Amino acid sequence: MTAARFIRSSIVYIILIVAAVMVLYPLAYTFLSSFMTPEESSAYPPKMLPSGLYLGTFQEVLELVPLGAFIGNSFVISLAIMGGQVLTASMAAYAFVYVTFRGRALLFAVVLSTMMIPWEITMIPNYLTIKSWEWLDRYPGLIVPFLASAFGIFLLRQFFLQLPRELFEAAKMDGCGHVRHFVRIVLPLSRPALASLAVYTFLNAWNMYLWPLLVTSSDTMRTVQIGISMLQFEEMTSWNLVLAGVTLVLLPSLLLLMLGLKQLVGGLTAGAIKG
Amino acid sequence: MSTTHREVYSGIRATESVVHKQAKRLSVWREHAAGYLFLAPSLVLFAVFLFYPLIQSIYLSFHLTDPRGHVAAYVGFDNFTQLFASSAFWNSLGVTVKFTLLTVPAGIIAGLLLAAFTHTKLKGMSFFRFIFSLPVALSVSTSAIIWMMLYHPTTGTLNYFLSKLGADPVQWLIDPAWSLISISIMTVWMNSGFNYILLLSGLQGIGDDIRDSARIDGSGPVRTFFQILLPLLSPTVFFLTVVSVLNAFQSFGQIHILTKGGPAGSTEVFVYSIYKEAFVNYQFGTGSALALVLFLIILLLTWIQFRFVEKKVHYQ
Repeated sequence: MTAARFIRSSIVYIILIVAAVMVLYPLAYTFLSSFMTPEESSAYPPKMLPSGLYLGTFQEVLELVPLGAFIGNSFVISLAIMGGQVLTASMAAYAFVYVTFRGRALLFAVVLSTMMIPWEITMIPNYLTIKSWEWLDRYPGLIVPFLASAFGIFLLRQFFLQLPRELFEAAKMDGCGHVRHFVRIVLPLSRPALASLAVYTFLNAWNMYLWPLLVTSSDTMRTVQIGISMLQFEEMTSWNLVLAGVTLVLLPSLLLLMLGLKQLVGGLTAGAIKG
Repeated sequence: MSTTHREVYSGIRATESVVHKQAKRLSVWREHAAGYLFLAPSLVLFAVFLFYPLIQSIYLSFHLTDPRGHVAAYVGFDNFTQLFASSAFWNSLGVTVKFTLLTVPAGIIAGLLLAAFTHTKLKGMSFFRFIFSLPVALSVSTSAIIWMMLYHPTTGTLNYFLSKLGADPVQWLIDPAWSLISISIMTVWMNSGFNYILLLSGLQGIGDDIRDSARIDGSGPVRTFFQILLPLLSPTVFFLTVVSVLNAFQSFGQIHILTKGGPAGSTEVFVYSIYKEAFVNYQFGTGSALALVLFLIILLLTWIQFRFVEKKVHYQ
């Protein structure tokens, strides 16, 4: 290795390490603080590392707020939105790709145009709708408004278009109807795209903030994002309680990221590369 | 004999063609029905939760409402004229624009640098790629709470590090001159994972052969990046810019948790104003007017980006 190349790669490593420390520090601080005893976390100058794996803070935060219930609520809501969006989007995408019907192009343009509508403009009327249906503080109010997605339809349509057309013609010759073709052929072949959409939708639903803030009011219906942000409003003596709560909330997302990073990357980039 | 034969024959053909036509019409009809049935769930949901609210927002913006959301009086354009006359409206518009300028360019440049540096054949890059992707798992509330701890004026570690460096402590969230900058730092950190993943996969999509041939032609890594890779990456950068601007204009969670729009309105972004008007003051009419203005601004911004900026984008 020449000296110039050695210097160049050293500079790259130094920049990367500095950047990695900047990205990681807030997360490391959160994780490490949640293992500290109350005395350690309130010490000055602040301690960087806990002296041991103290688990009392986790126990305390679980007793203080129903974090388990929050996580359970978020799971139910995110799974329902994920399943619903994958179903409605794959059905709609199937219609746009494989069925010839009057108004197809127009309806597709309408669906695409909904991507331009910012969610905030529908927020007030949707809140009033949910309220008049007495869905406030209940699961349907948190789930039903998000069961359809133009982004999902678009993503799956682009994928369905790439599937070999001959399969469809052959199935049609064999007298295979649309429902069977959809369930037996198109869905199994689209597993990668469905998985991308599922991971993307789950994370988005899990991270939702403004809508659950508006439509939930009781502790038993709070999602994890709202529940965790309420920790900071409680009168707290030790801060590591809040950080232990954040750690518990982050764990499922981080696990999902480790398992589904590839799927997510595929899903996020599908829209970008095609322009 | 032959005539009857012919008559019978043509009769059969006639009924056959009628049956055939009917069957064809039936199958065409069934095809149409299948299309609408497959679309029905999405269309019904869009109609109830997207198109109806859009129209309802326009309707509400011309009315005053009581706290329960019922229309109380028609006021014409009063809600809008009041908005444009109020300094709070212009303040929140200014704050949103400043916030966009603070977060979008910084986020994209940081993502580009990290993607370029980790898109090399040096050892250990998969480790760095994982680290830089991590923030994509963060939600706005967890990120905001972590930074609330870091920004704390007395016990926060950021001021401790500053004091170690011999600098004066900063009143991150309390000083109006710093509050929006502090929120922007936190937002850039939170979004860095998404930006990084997108730009890295864009770079990986370009392919090694172009880089290799550039190197053989004697182009250094910096020149290769700016003159060859960056133009090829411009569709991804353009997409990311559009999405980031939209996101910045729709930010809410971090402001709600960290500053509640304060101090002195210095972080009151547009969506926070809508939230305050509709769900704190229960003015659904003026809240809808604000939301409508946001919608028009976003439409205009997106149109400008596609009309003028996309011309500079290089599609392969």
